[in-house]
Amino acid sequence: MIPAGSGPLSCGKAESTMGFKRPLSTSERVPRICIVGSGPAGFYTAQHLLKHHKLARVDIYEKLPVPFGLVRFGVAPDHPEVKNVINTFTQTAQSDRCSYYGNVTVGKDVTVEELQQAYHAVVLSYGAEDNRILGIPGENLSGVYSARAFVGWYNGLPENRDLKPDLSSKTVLVLGQGNVALDVARILLTPLDLLRTDITEGSLAAIASSKVKRVWLVGRRGPLQVAFTIKELREMVNLPGARPILDPADFAGLRDAIKDVPRPRKRLTELMIKTALEKPGEKEAKIWASATREWGLKFLRSPLEILPTADGKRARGIRMAVTRLEGSGESATAVPTGEVEELECGLILSSIGYRSLPLGSSVPFDRKHGIIPNHLGRVQGVPGLYCSGWVKRGPTGVIITTMNDSFDTAQSVLEDLQAGMLNVSNTKEGFESVRSILQSRGVHPVSFSDWEKIDAAEVARGQLAGKPREKIVDPQEMLQLIGH
Amino acid sequence: MAAAGLLGAVATLASRRLLCAPPGAARGRAAVLGPARRFGASARAWRSSEDKVTVHFINRDGDKLTAEGKIGDSLLDVVVDSNLDIDGFGACEGTLACSTCHLIFEDQIFKKLDAVTDEEMDMLDLAYGLTETSRLGCQICLKKFMNNMTVRVPEAVADVRQSIDMSKNS
Repeated sequence: MIPAGSGPLSCGKAESTMGFKRPLSTSERVPRICIVGSGPAGFYTAQHLLKHHKLARVDIYEKLPVPFGLVRFGVAPDHPEVKNVINTFTQTAQSDRCSYYGNVTVGKDVTVEELQQAYHAVVLSYGAEDNRILGIPGENLSGVYSARAFVGWYNGLPENRDLKPDLSSKTVLVLGQGNVALDVARILLTPLDLLRTDITEGSLAAIASSKVKRVWLVGRRGPLQVAFTIKELREMVNLPGARPILDPADFAGLRDAIKDVPRPRKRLTELMIKTALEKPGEKEAKIWASATREWGLKFLRSPLEILPTADGKRARGIRMAVTRLEGSGESATAVPTGEVEELECGLILSSIGYRSLPLGSSVPFDRKHGIIPNHLGRVQGVPGLYCSGWVKRGPTGVIITTMNDSFDTAQSVLEDLQAGMLNVSNTKEGFESVRSILQSRGVHPVSFSDWEKIDAAEVARGQLAGKPREKIVDPQEMLQLIGH
Repeated sequence: MAAAGLLGAVATLASRRLLCAPPGAARGRAAVLGPARRFGASARAWRSSEDKVTVHFINRDGDKLTAEGKIGDSLLDVVVDSNLDIDGFGACEGTLACSTCHLIFEDQIFKKLDAVTDEEMDMLDLAYGLTETSRLGCQICLKKFMNNMTVRVPEAVADVRQSIDMSKNS
């Protein structure tokens, strides 16, 4: 058990209880660790370090005023249980050897080198803020959005608050068949009374007047290669007011193909087969009979071009290559057959993956894989620099994947501390050095208790609207609220 | 029994779903609406020690942690209430939205557990190191026959490195 405030020098002060200054011998051995990014990776890395080292102090930096990263901005508004991790993150942030500094953009307000001067170890956990590009003509037409931006929009991510997606199209095409694709389809089709969640007021109003009636999820490969998981698919199959459109031809012969496949893939495929081929049960039959909205899966289609309206400004449809599979299982590849298909639609969401961005010249970056080159979380060639989460492994996986990965990086830091590789006897000032740098650049960090004020305001505003919270989407408004 | 302090096992009482209702009541997420309701103090006061069940947890580093719970407590309740030092256990606080409470049971115990629901299996499917006798701890409620059973906390990552712990006095 780590007692709170252990030892007489727990706050790094030199005075002993007897009132005279003691040599700083113990505080010299306090590892000061900095974490860049306050999403699950940042917090789980912090948690593991604090738990397994009795002296280490951890500072978490975040570019937005508010913490929690994708837990706040990525997890769908109708999945509040997934956000329960915020409780454990809050405990971590409130613990005495941890500090949170929001509104500080590493790479701009303070450099990685400056952080390395101030801290014994720096862990980069800043995730994947961009998305993969389709790389096809028409991608930048009006009516085409990345799913990442769309999710950011309904989740109140400040940079996406002015997205204003055009929801007047009856048919929406989502390119990609992962959980994010299912999320955006579900949010577009869920009955409004079930959306009284922490979805933003602005996006809820837009969805309320949406004309969207049908959403297709389009994948280059087949049913055995879908990236979404069974819980999310089941949710879609049971969505009130909506009916699935699955082409039985896509599922012919699949039961045999999955006989010896691992259970997770088997059950997922069985659910698709059942939905496509079997007569629905009583409950489903009722929902589907009165459904006014539809969703479906299209397989073996690879986008070639997004087709413009006559004035060349907006998307009106998509041309896709019909593909066939070479190989099987997870590593099957889609090969064009020469056939082509066109579909009419006015709204296209590209959901083909998030993407990390390089931080600066002092941090190596593998552009091909979109990650910081590392071994077990130790950044290659840069002692004292580590990474965890999506920027370390790539932008896939759920919270548990990131949790385990972050514990693993923390383990590397702890090993290096134990082996004397981080020279903790060389005193570092941590935030004390960074404070003056930020001041000179006119940057005012947001503390965790500042966040708690913003949090309280959001919850109070939400109560008026019968929602768990009403997210503030303007960073300036957040800063004004806390008196910055 | 190792304690974990502030930063140990994670669930707060307030948000945990009350899973193991009294006999006869419906179980699982669907049966619980809103924040968890705990049994009133008076309801518990009359319960005798016959209602207690001892459970041994083999942690990832091989340590054996022993804890006691009451009949009806879920294994997640036991880990949280006893502050057991299991990294990252119970992230979603018992709402079937993660697989971090994944535990491996002895064969003879596993056979006697209540049938797994689709909802539990959906999340179990995503657990690392799944075995034939795996279940999610938040869905397993203590019964008399579990007294003195041993459950194993599965590995969380592919390459197991020796755990470093500098939280105790050297």
